[in-house]
Amino acid sequence: WVPVVGLEIHAQISSNSKLFSGSQVQFAAAPNSLVSFFDASLPGTLPVLNRRCVEAAVMTGLALNCSINKRSLFDRKHYFYADLPAGYQITQQRVPIAVNGSLSYSLCIDNKMSQMVTKTVRIKQIQLEQDSGKSLHDDTRNQTLVDLNRAGRLGLFSCFSPPFCPDMCCGEEAAAAVRELQLILQTLGSSQAVMAEGQLRVDANVSVHHPGEHYGVRTEVKNINSLRFLAKAVDYEIQRQIEELENGGTILNETRAFDSKLGCTVPMRDKEGKQDYRFMPEPNLPPLILYDAKSLPANMNHQQVVNVDWIHERLPDLPSVKRAKLVERYGILPEHSFTLLNEDGLTEFFENVVKQTQMKPKKVIGWILNDLLSYLKQHSLIVKESPVSSFLLADLLNLLEKKEISSTAAKQVLAELWKGEGKTPFEIVKEKKLELIQDQKELEQICQAVIDGQENEVMAIKAGNQKVLNKLIGLVQRETQGRSNPVLVKQLLEKKLSE
Amino acid sequence: MKYKVFYYCNFLLVFRTLKLRKNLIKWVKYKELWQRGSRFIRVTPRSGLCHLAALKGGLRFQVSAALKEGHVTPTELCQRCLSLIKSTKFLNAYITVAEETALKQAEESEKRYRRGQPLGVLDGIPIAVKDNFNTAGIETTCASNMLKGYISPYNATVVQKLLDQGAVLLGKTNLDEFAMGSGSTDGVFGPVRNPWSYSRQYKEKSVPKSCSEDEESNWVITGGSSGGSAAAVSSFTCFAALGSDTGGSTRNPAAHCGVVGLKPTYGLISRHGLIPLVNSMDVPGILTRCVDDAAVVLGSLAGHDPKDSTTIQDNFKPFELPNLTDVSKLSIGIPKEYHAPGLSSEILALWSKAADLFKNAGAKVVEVSLPHTRYSIVCYHVLCTAEVASNMARFDGLEYGHRSDMNKSTESMYAATRREGFNEVVRGRILSGNYFLLKQNYENYFIKAQKVRRLIANDFVKVFGSGVDILLTPTTLSDALPYMEFIKEDNRTRSAQDDVLTQAANMAGLPAINVPTGLSERGLPVGLQFIGRSFQEKQLLTVAKWFEKQVKFPMIQLEVKRHYHGAFQHQKSAFFS
Repeated sequence: WVPVVGLEIHAQISSNSKLFSGSQVQFAAAPNSLVSFFDASLPGTLPVLNRRCVEAAVMTGLALNCSINKRSLFDRKHYFYADLPAGYQITQQRVPIAVNGSLSYSLCIDNKMSQMVTKTVRIKQIQLEQDSGKSLHDDTRNQTLVDLNRAGRLGLFSCFSPPFCPDMCCGEEAAAAVRELQLILQTLGSSQAVMAEGQLRVDANVSVHHPGEHYGVRTEVKNINSLRFLAKAVDYEIQRQIEELENGGTILNETRAFDSKLGCTVPMRDKEGKQDYRFMPEPNLPPLILYDAKSLPANMNHQQVVNVDWIHERLPDLPSVKRAKLVERYGILPEHSFTLLNEDGLTEFFENVVKQTQMKPKKVIGWILNDLLSYLKQHSLIVKESPVSSFLLADLLNLLEKKEISSTAAKQVLAELWKGEGKTPFEIVKEKKLELIQDQKELEQICQAVIDGQENEVMAIKAGNQKVLNKLIGLVQRETQGRSNPVLVKQLLEKKLSE
Repeated sequence: MKYKVFYYCNFLLVFRTLKLRKNLIKWVKYKELWQRGSRFIRVTPRSGLCHLAALKGGLRFQVSAALKEGHVTPTELCQRCLSLIKSTKFLNAYITVAEETALKQAEESEKRYRRGQPLGVLDGIPIAVKDNFNTAGIETTCASNMLKGYISPYNATVVQKLLDQGAVLLGKTNLDEFAMGSGSTDGVFGPVRNPWSYSRQYKEKSVPKSCSEDEESNWVITGGSSGGSAAAVSSFTCFAALGSDTGGSTRNPAAHCGVVGLKPTYGLISRHGLIPLVNSMDVPGILTRCVDDAAVVLGSLAGHDPKDSTTIQDNFKPFELPNLTDVSKLSIGIPKEYHAPGLSSEILALWSKAADLFKNAGAKVVEVSLPHTRYSIVCYHVLCTAEVASNMARFDGLEYGHRSDMNKSTESMYAATRREGFNEVVRGRILSGNYFLLKQNYENYFIKAQKVRRLIANDFVKVFGSGVDILLTPTTLSDALPYMEFIKEDNRTRSAQDDVLTQAANMAGLPAINVPTGLSERGLPVGLQFIGRSFQEKQLLTVAKWFEKQVKFPMIQLEVKRHYHGAFQHQKSAFFS
């Protein structure tokens, strides 16, 4: 069986005002406090396109390698729903603002970071559209409350990998592609793209067919609110369809909802009948005309026009470029660059540490990815909330780099730092007496004492078993409570044993 | 020259006009008449609206001047209009009369005049607005159960502009429900009666001299859907009124009520706040007593509105109309397709006389062809109903307007709300519109209709491109029908018939104006339509003004039986806001 996965993605765009009205946009505002007459669809109100929103859409389109339509049109999509006050949504079904894009994403094989492949998914179109309001169903009182704060906000709708181009074939791929899109939107600043908060909504179209045959009937899976669930939902749906077909059943062209608790998809009851959206052109909005440097009319008010070239020049570095730059500049591994970008703020953290320390970036990355990140993960913290600032970590790594402490001691200091008591690494080192023994004579004495106490081991080493040397090094470390430089200890021991 | 003009106007008519002038009653005399409690009040402009409102001079030259010179105060003017509204209440022209706010506005205006700082020509001028324009604080009903009691929180841009220039808003005028109709007979507040039904001209010609029951059954419709606005202007209860024009809704009632009705170019005046019928064709319309007044109102309304993306970006400069003395450089086109089936011989004759009038004055008069105009009705039907289906979707009972008590489910509440809120005409258009928009029908109906619309518009482009300046056509097929006659056919049939001469201008977005031209054999007004080039309102109105001057349309001699209106009170629950 060949599975085919397509995605329809709705992203809420961060702009200060809504797509077609002057209402503010703000999170966690009191219900229905950010609603203009237009948003509530009062009779006689008309949509007025917000230039900032158009710019955000153009930026996203350029970032996703789309060709930008210099002339795009608006359509009305009709359906009755309580949180859609006008009874239709203004969208761009026929001639959207951007088409034919692509998105490259990387994916690790068998969950091994070292085995990454880069794949490309095609993007059919990006369209400007109005968001609907939010319905809150109160089942106990059998009522629905509607919050129109969201109504009329700019949404970007992008259609990935339509059934004609089978670019994705499993949940993992779908999740990786969406993750990359999230990063791009966040980099552009055009969306927070947090799935759990509904800023990014993903519907998956899934079908399976035998190689060489026509595509199978597809189902649409909705109600997916995290990347993990996206992967799960897609894989479940593929498996379900295969089993259904192998048992002689048929697949219905239906909308299914993902149940995250049960980990399966179930048919959605309220969308049973196939909807006819009765699309028609939006008569109150003239075609949206975009300009480039060449076509920009000289006498036009620049506040009134959107110049694609101007936006292109100001595009920030995209994640793929950022990653390449990290690898090049710091000599880190490509997979490390992925991890750096995947965590919001981690790249900045890393770069700050590198700036403030003499330690090589290659070594710094280990501390960031292994120690810092795993601590944050354990405590479910984001980078911004880290109790250890980049400044403190750099301080610590400097002590290590100057060989004032051992790496074992450094880990101990770090453990202290997590407590966030405001002490500097240096203070902790002093307090806990973790500094390396700088006095060579003292160290030599300790080494000698270890050699004297371990006759059997010394014999073994002299017989050629060098591995045993590590045991002696360990004993010296224990003796010095980690305050000895293992390289130095090794040299001393070897010297003494060869005497 | 003069002879020709008179000839065309028909002698009787001219005679009456002259007689009228001789017999003009002074305001004082009118007052005496009133005080004597005569059963009949003769409401000629002079008597009805005091000495200053001699019709032809209009707003700019007479009313405004009188206000400035203090011959009359805005409050007096407003009060007189309000009392006239009361005495003509049986016309059912107004749905809501905003007496209190109107008097307040008049008072403000009066203060400005006293300070010697009036806001302009419109300061203190009583106006009326069709009840499908949003007015903050005053009910906006669209003559529908759906919006009964709905008070908008904002003013339509055109309303705001009028208020900003000091106009006094008397009230909201009656219409067909959601402006869907051509008779002003299909609103939830009942039909509008044409003031000419109560004119001496009509009575002398048509009404058998018998009992008042006959009179009751003989009253004629105003046309529509802006019938309330046309009746309001025609009966002198206001000096100008706003209508809306989607397929002829301003020009048609203007023709039947003997007033000037201007439909400006699409995009010249903001639609923000006009509750839409067909967004791509709707234009706020202007109803006035003379062409000059229409130019004044147009000047105060036109121009870009940031709230309506379909308005022109360029600045609009208000203009005064010149007195045309030479029409020899004009080329008047007579589109042969407007010789439509059902065109009354009377109107045909009037039309050709008008053409002769231009020809004899030296203008070039040419027959032109607009071959696709005959598809206009069917094309309009598809486009109109499709947009109606879409525009009416917002009336679901949730955010505003009527909400049914049905609470079994949201869907059943929607269905009941819409069944209770909309009349059959609206529901019928929604149904067919949704049919045309279905996926399997979209190409065959909507797309085709759009293509035909383009062809219709292109016809005009070609004709104007060939050197024609203005098109001259009839506005209506006949004079106004008696109500009892009119309702024999359903709304759809009537709309299709009545819009036939006006609709193409909406399809093409062109400016068009009805100029009252003469009286029919039954003593009812008949008008002709001029259609101009896009955004060439000045040229259009200049020609219209010249024509108006030639034809000397007679004043209505309104004979209003006092207390007559008592019987009609049941038609409206909340007359005064």
